[in-house]
Parts: sequence; structure tokens; C-alpha cells
Amino acid sequence: MSNSLTKKKIDSATIISAVIVLCLYVAVFIAEQFIPATSMLFTVLKKGATYALVAVSMNLCNGFTGIFSLGQAGFMLIGAYVYGIFTIPLAARMDVYQYYNGGLVQFVLPWFIAMILGGLAAAFFAFLIGLPVLRLKSDYLAIATLGFAEIIRALFQWDKLGPVTNGSNMLRLFPTFNDFNVRGAEGQVTVYLSTLVPLLIAGVCIGVIILLINSTFGRALKAIRDDEIAAEAMGIRLASHKRLAFCISSFFAGVGGAMLAMYQTTVQAKSFTTAMTYEILLIVVIGGIGSVTGSCISSFLFVAASEWWLRFLDQKQMIGNFEVPLLRNGFRLVVFSIIIMIVVLFFRQGIMGTKELPDLIRNWQRKGKGKEATSK
Amino acid sequence: MWNTVFPYILSGISVGGQYALIAIGYTMVYGILRLINFAHGDVFMVAGIIMVYMAASGVPLWLCIPLVLVLTALIGFVIERVAYKPLRTAPRMSAMISAIGVSYTLQNLVLYITGGLNQIYPTIPWISDSVTIFGATTKMVTIITPFLTIILVVALVMLINHTKIGMAMRAVSRDFETSQLMGIKINSVISMTFVIGTFLAGVASVLYFTNYTTVIQTSGAMPGLKAFVAAVFGGIGSIPGAVVGAFIIGIAENIIKGLDIILFKAGILSGPVGLATFSDAFTFALLIIILAVKPTGLFGEKTTDKV
Amino acid sequence: MKKVLAIVLAMMLVLSAAAMAETVKIGVYEPASGDSGAGGKQEMLGMQYANKETPTVEIGGTTYDVELVYADNGSSTDKAPSAAQQLVSEGVSVVLGSYGSGVSIAGSQYFADANIPAIGVTCTNPQVTAGNDHYFRICFLDPFQGTVLANYASKELGATTAYCLGELGNDYDQGLLTYFKQAFEGLGGTAIVESFPTGTADFTSYLTNAANYGAQVFFCPVSIAYSTQIVQQAASQGATFPILGSDTLDSNVVAEAAKGTNVAVIITTFYQEGATPAFDEGFKAWLNEDSEAMTNNGGNDMISAVSAMGYDAYYTALEALKAAGSTDAAAVKAALPSVTLTGVSGAIAFDETGDAIRDAAFIKKINNETGDWEFVTEQTVE
Repeated sequence: MSNSLTKKKIDSATIISAVIVLCLYVAVFIAEQFIPATSMLFTVLKKGATYALVAVSMNLCNGFTGIFSLGQAGFMLIGAYVYGIFTIPLAARMDVYQYYNGGLVQFVLPWFIAMILGGLAAAFFAFLIGLPVLRLKSDYLAIATLGFAEIIRALFQWDKLGPVTNGSNMLRLFPTFNDFNVRGAEGQVTVYLSTLVPLLIAGVCIGVIILLINSTFGRALKAIRDDEIAAEAMGIRLASHKRLAFCISSFFAGVGGAMLAMYQTTVQAKSFTTAMTYEILLIVVIGGIGSVTGSCISSFLFVAASEWWLRFLDQKQMIGNFEVPLLRNGFRLVVFSIIIMIVVLFFRQGIMGTKELPDLIRNWQRKGKGKEATSK
Repeated sequence: MWNTVFPYILSGISVGGQYALIAIGYTMVYGILRLINFAHGDVFMVAGIIMVYMAASGVPLWLCIPLVLVLTALIGFVIERVAYKPLRTAPRMSAMISAIGVSYTLQNLVLYITGGLNQIYPTIPWISDSVTIFGATTKMVTIITPFLTIILVVALVMLINHTKIGMAMRAVSRDFETSQLMGIKINSVISMTFVIGTFLAGVASVLYFTNYTTVIQTSGAMPGLKAFVAAVFGGIGSIPGAVVGAFIIGIAENIIKGLDIILFKAGILSGPVGLATFSDAFTFALLIIILAVKPTGLFGEKTTDKV
Repeated sequence: MKKVLAIVLAMMLVLSAAAMAETVKIGVYEPASGDSGAGGKQEMLGMQYANKETPTVEIGGTTYDVELVYADNGSSTDKAPSAAQQLVSEGVSVVLGSYGSGVSIAGSQYFADANIPAIGVTCTNPQVTAGNDHYFRICFLDPFQGTVLANYASKELGATTAYCLGELGNDYDQGLLTYFKQAFEGLGGTAIVESFPTGTADFTSYLTNAANYGAQVFFCPVSIAYSTQIVQQAASQGATFPILGSDTLDSNVVAEAAKGTNVAVIITTFYQEGATPAFDEGFKAWLNEDSEAMTNNGGNDMISAVSAMGYDAYYTALEALKAAGSTDAAAVKAALPSVTLTGVSGAIAFDETGDAIRDAAFIKKINNETGDWEFVTEQTVE
């Protein structure tokens, strides 16, 4: 009986959503073959996919479980480093670990395994930090996880760990998104996949998270978010549920970190700062806390706006002989911050609130039916 | 041994005093609103930038300092009214996110105005002079900071304990709704808290930047975080706690920077191991430890959650 | 939303239409903000001045206008990819920059993937050009610079213990520290290396460390932002050891910080004011005319070595374009290895890794009374 209650029937809205997503993938694949690879569009899609995954993973923690964690950058760092350390080709290790005699690790794992390993390492650290920290209340938890990210950053920069982490120096020359392109005999690209593959990785991971959210476990998490005490009274074990959610979220943040490494082509602990966590948090807020669709949309919007559409604000622009005032380096970020403040203050629901794509479609269907009914 | 360690302690006391002044702003706001004001460190930085621009535009220094303090307090007031007041009934997370948004906005605004370049802080006579104390040479400001901090804290504690507005603040931090029912003008109490907090951050900025002389948009982030840790460490809501916490953190982080050589001279280490890398991380490790062991901090009151 | 989008698109069209005239684009990949922003801006000044002096180039019989396209890499390796990508998407023929080795390495792969050559101006870490065929540079390298400095510290200053301080995660700093230590210990000295986290403002404890180790010289090849603070804090602590620096310290901002103090600051650099009077005069005249340029130069008209290098880099790019006979990036890349010219900072030619063949560095020190850089010697290493 419980089965029939919990099992959702797959309605037309879900199918339509799946078709929309599929169409987007096909569109990207086609676009990639015909638009020059140097276009900003692909940069935005690659970085957007990475950020979408990280934002959704943060949403799992902050939006669906109510654990206000600000440790995302730390977990991404772990994922990125593990990926980098295990995938740098042996031939390149002497160059990369130039001050550490080629480093300690002298084998190479396939990119896929290294990526998963990065996620697992992040989850393991999450487990460790979760033991003392998850008992804390919302804002204490936030500041503790934030502090944890800072500790991780210092640890990975420590000279004594240099043979493994390359100290504070860059990891590089590992496989990147461009290595997904299929190349012909003479090195020319025959099929472009460098944008599609990251989108697929992010898509699969986000798919898993969605399944998780819609499972019994996911509903337990939502119960915890809404009222811890009531949830506990209903027989949900708070500690283990929270810990598991935190670890899963960190796992995907780790995978996202590995993707970021692939996107950036270099990894350096220095760049995984609190500012990065804040940026991801703001993406989640703009998208709507508690909406996977929202996080995805706002990731792409955020990246596109900051890397592409608003770039012109940073440079002098002339309309005829008139020089547009105020435009110079940094103005883009000012405009950006103001938009974010407006969203935070006046559109607290973000783009999607807690709604998902199928919900929207259901709404349209209902409205459509309503209209039909009235017209008849 | 003393000669080896003393200069670090001196640096630590100086920076600790500056953290203390910032930490008070955090702890007061948290005490009343239960809000981590992430933008507080950035207000501190903005105070530094205002000083740079004001001095560059030819305002005499003796006039600059009070003007900067007043303007900083005004900024604190405006931030509260614009960014936090509308969210007072919203979940606590919203206000914290808004605080992060304000921090992001202030940093970007300063990036835009300064072009992202380091600004040289004006040299304030007398407190910038070098003095020698117990064999260590340092700036006068290093010596002044702890005393000034203590004077300001005593004044603040007196204000809170013996004036009407102080009593109102205590009442609001104890019970928000009841004090409202008692006829306390919540809005003016909260504004006053922000004004005092940012005013002290302004004082801290004058001391801090006189010591370290350059200001950039990210200058406030780390001192802000550390001051917050100090506030938590001392027991959030407790002003003496924040001050003690700040001094401990200031001294500890400077000793860590010199730990290699101290341990080396004491014969414990045979060579440098690079512990200085952890000077920032140590602060946060301390935070996690204190939260795990005694979540209310050194001087915090035991609170019980109402269901 | 739609309206905004429409405006944005319209603006892009206008911009691309404006670029339709016979124009060749040179990408300027430099930090305009962040810790290295001041240095990046001075390097750009050299290019801008050169561009003003020679705004056109004749390629394959056609005269092209040279357009400098700027991308700010924000002195940080995580902002570098999108800045590099921006230049790539603008379709530049060749890239100049960057100030700072880390950001150069971080952007490198993007230029490589698009087959665009890059000319490093003052990025001295060997890893910038090693193992690739698209990155070139016109300055000397860290192993050379580190050795010159170690020699100077040991032989001229008579130091036996050196305290070396760099920024964590800054490839430029870390590289120089390593090579300095190697050379210095090879000469029989002891070098203690420490690093500080990004964003540090309080260097007093590091200065105390140096004193406690009994260092006779304080070597800090750090960016301008940190070096001014180190110099000032050393002054107020009454430091007795001289501060030794690399080319990043060669800036009027640092000289200004040391003015009126007792701290000796000695550095290696690429260029000494007065080496090419014609360039010096022209550049100064331009600075005094253009208030924005003056501000970017730190408020006075002292010439930084990086500006001279930026100037040379621009002309190197023009030579490459002429030699390629086309604005196609791949052709420029193919033409670059054989480009030679005599720049204001000396003769420029590339070896097989793409590095400049240079064997001399200038050593300068600050005159504490006037706040000017004074020429000490020109040093070569066998």
C-alpha cells in the first residue's frame, strides 16, 4: 500500500520536460559542429555546466536539507586537486612538479575514475568535518564550514605536501574539455564534443540528485528542513540523514571541482576562495532556494552575463561621437551586484521559487485547459 | 627566548586590538538581530578607502579622521535600513544572504572606483612614527591600539549598562518581541547598534591601515572573518568576550608566523617546516574546535531553544 | 528583458561593424586589477605609447590599423581563462602579456587551442614557454635572474644567510625563490624560504623572522602591492638588512615607499632610464600630456622597466605581422621564431624554446633621499 502512495506516476509534464532537455542537448551538439569553437557561447556553456552542478549540489544541502553550508569551495578544491594529481600524464609530471622532482604519484588514472575519486575524497572530508560541525545551528554551521574551506586551502598549499599537491604551485597539463573532441589522423577535429560532454556529465549528476530528492530519503530531508523537531518525532534520524545529505552534496561539489579543473586547464588552491562560495550561493539564491531547475537556469544566466553579455560594460563604448559615461573596468561587476541585491531584497523567490520545470508545464497545461473550458 | 618571542606578541597585540574593534560590531549585531553581518569587514575596508580619497582631495588630516568616522557610521546606518530591515521578518538565512550580497556589492563598488589598484593610506603624523620598546622597534600605533581599544570598550560597556539606549539594547537582545511590546522603538535601537558597530570599525580602520598602509577592495575580507571568529570564540553577544577572543587570535596568528624559528631556537625543530602557511587556517581551526567543545564560546551565555 | 537583449545585440553589431575596416587586432592580456594591477597597467602603457607612435602596420602590401584589444586577467589564475577566451573570441592575431607568470600559464592553453601565438613581456618563469610552441617571451628567465641576485647577495653584499619570502601560489615568486635558493646555497650561503598567504597585509612577523634567523639580506620577489608594504614595515621596524627584489619591484611606487627611510632596496631589472633617450623623452612627454596615462603610471613620469618592455613587445608583434604577411594567427605564429629587432631594452631574438636570447640584467637601487632608482651595475652570468 505504501508503494502505491509513494510511487509517482510519470505524467505528461515529466515527459515533456525530458524531451525539452533532450532537445537542448541535440541543439548543443549541432551548434558545436557548425559554430566556430572560439565562440564565447561554448565557454559559457562549459563553465555554466560546471557551475550548474555545483549550484545544484549546494542546493541539495542548503535548499533541500536546510544545512546552511559555506564550504563549497573547499570541496571543489579537493575534487579538482584529486582529479589533477591522478590524471597528469607521466611525461608531463617532471614539468608540473618542477620543484618536487616529478612528485610522488607516478601513475595515471582514466579521467572518469579520477573524477569519481575526486568526488569520493570530497565526500570523505565532508564526513570528517561533519562529525563536529553538523550538530551546530544554522549560522554557526555556516561559519564553521567556511572556516573549514580556508583550512583545506592552507593545507593544500603546504610546502611539505608538495610531492603530492605540488605545494602552492599550479597543477596543469591534465586532460581538459578540449580533449573530448574526436580528432582525425592529422590532429584536426572531426567531431566536436568539448561542450557536449561536460553538459552530459553535469546532466547525469543532476539527474541522480533529482532522483534522490524525489525518493523517500529526499522527502525525509525536506521534512528536516521544514521542522527538525517534528521530523525527529516522525522517526527520521536527524544525524545520519544530515550527514548523508552533506556527504552526497560534497561528492557532487567534488565532481564539479574536477569539471572546473578541466574548464580552467589549471588548478591552484589559491583561487578556491570564499568569494567562489559566495558566487555559487548567489547563483542558488537567484535561481530559487529549493529548485533544481532554478539553479541550472541561473548558473547559465550568471555565467553568460558575467563572461559575455555584460562584458561591454567594462570597456569604453562610443555611440557616434558620444562616449557613454561610467563605463570602465569593473562597472560590469557593479551592475551585477546591484542586480543581485535587487533579487535578494525584492524577488526573494528567485527565478523559480521552489518550482521545477514539470511544475511549470503542469501549470500551462492547467491554464490551457481552463481556457478551453471557458471558451466552450 | 623572550627577545625572540616578544616582537611577535607585540605585533599580535596590535592586530588583536584592531580585530577587537571590528569584532564588537559583529557581536552587537548578532546579539540583537541574530545576524552574521558578513558586510562588516567590508565597511571597515570602505572606511579606509574614504580616508584615502578624502586625504587625496586635500581635506586636512585632523578633519579627515572625524569625518571618516561619521561617514562610516552613516554607511552602517544606511546598509541596515536598505538591506536588512526589509528582511526582518524573513527567515534568518535571507538576511545572511543579503549580508553576503552587500559584501559583494561594496567590494565591487570599490573595485570600480579604485580601478582595483592598491591605494596608499595617508600617513598620520605621530602615530606613524617608529618607537623602540623592550628592544623591539615598531610603529607608535602598535602601542596605542590596545590602550585605545580598552578605553573604547570600557566606554561602550558603560553606555550599555548605564544609559537608557543601552538598557533598550539589552532588552532587545534578550527578547525581541517583548521589548517591542514594552514600547521600545526597535528600529532606532537596531540603527544605534549598527552605528556604534560601524563607528568602531571606522576607528579600527584608521589604526589598521596606518599600520599596514595599503587598501584594496579585498582588504576587509580576512580581518572581518577573523574578527567574527574572535566574536564566536569569546562567546557571541558578549563584548568582553569578543575583545579577549580578538587578542588571543591576534597573538596566536603572529606566533604561528614565527613558530618555525621559535621552535627551532627552542631545539624542538631541526629546520623550517613552513608552519607559517597555517597562520590564517589556525584561526579557523580554533573556531571549529571551540564550536565543537563549547559552542557558546568562552563567555557566552547558555541559551535554550524554544520549541 | 527582451529590450535589454535587443540593445545588447545591437551594440555588438555596431561594434563588429566598426571593426570591419582594415584592422589587425593585437590582444593585450594583462592584469588591470588585483595585486599585479599596478604593474600590468605600466606594462600596458608601453604598448599604448607604441601604438600611438605607430598606429598602422603594412602587412602584405596593405596598411592595417592596429587595434589593441584588452582583457583584464585580474592577476588571478581563476579569472585568467575567461579573459584569455575573450581575446580568442575577438579573433586577435597575436597576444601580448602577461605581467605575472601564473596568469600567463593559466591562459596559455586557451591560446594554444586557438593556435594564437603569445608574446610574454615580463613573465620570467621557465614554465611559460617550456613544452609549447606558441608562447614566446622577450625578457630573461628566473634561473638567470635568481642566479644574478644570489651572486649579488653573496659577493657584493657579503651575505651568508638570506631570508626569502614569497606569496603562496604565485608561480613567479615561487620560481624565483627556488632558483635563488639553489644559486645562493651553491655559493655556500644558507637560504630560508617562507611564504605568506594571498591578501596578507601584516608583514611585521615575517620581518621579525628574518631578524631572528640572523639574515643579512631579505629577498622578496613579490608583486608591487606586497613589496611596498614590506618596504614600509621594514622601515618602521628599523630593519638593518637590505631588501633584495626582482623586476616586479622596479616601480616608482616602491621607490616612493622607500623615500625618506633607511631601508636599502636593490633589484634586478630589464631597463634603466637613460638607455634610450629618444624613447624616454617621448614617453615622458606622452605621460605629461595624458592625465589618465599619468595616473596609471602611479602619478609621476618615472619610466618603469615594464613599460619599456611593453613597448618592445608591441614592435615585436608588428615585426611578426610583417614577416607573416597576413593577419592569420597561425601565420604569425610560424613567423615569430625568426623575428629579430633592436628594441629600447636591447636586442631581441628567440631561441628554440621561444625565449629571448638575453644574458644581461641591470641592477638598480633606490636613492632613499630623492626616491629615484639609481643604476648600480649591469650583470651577466656565464
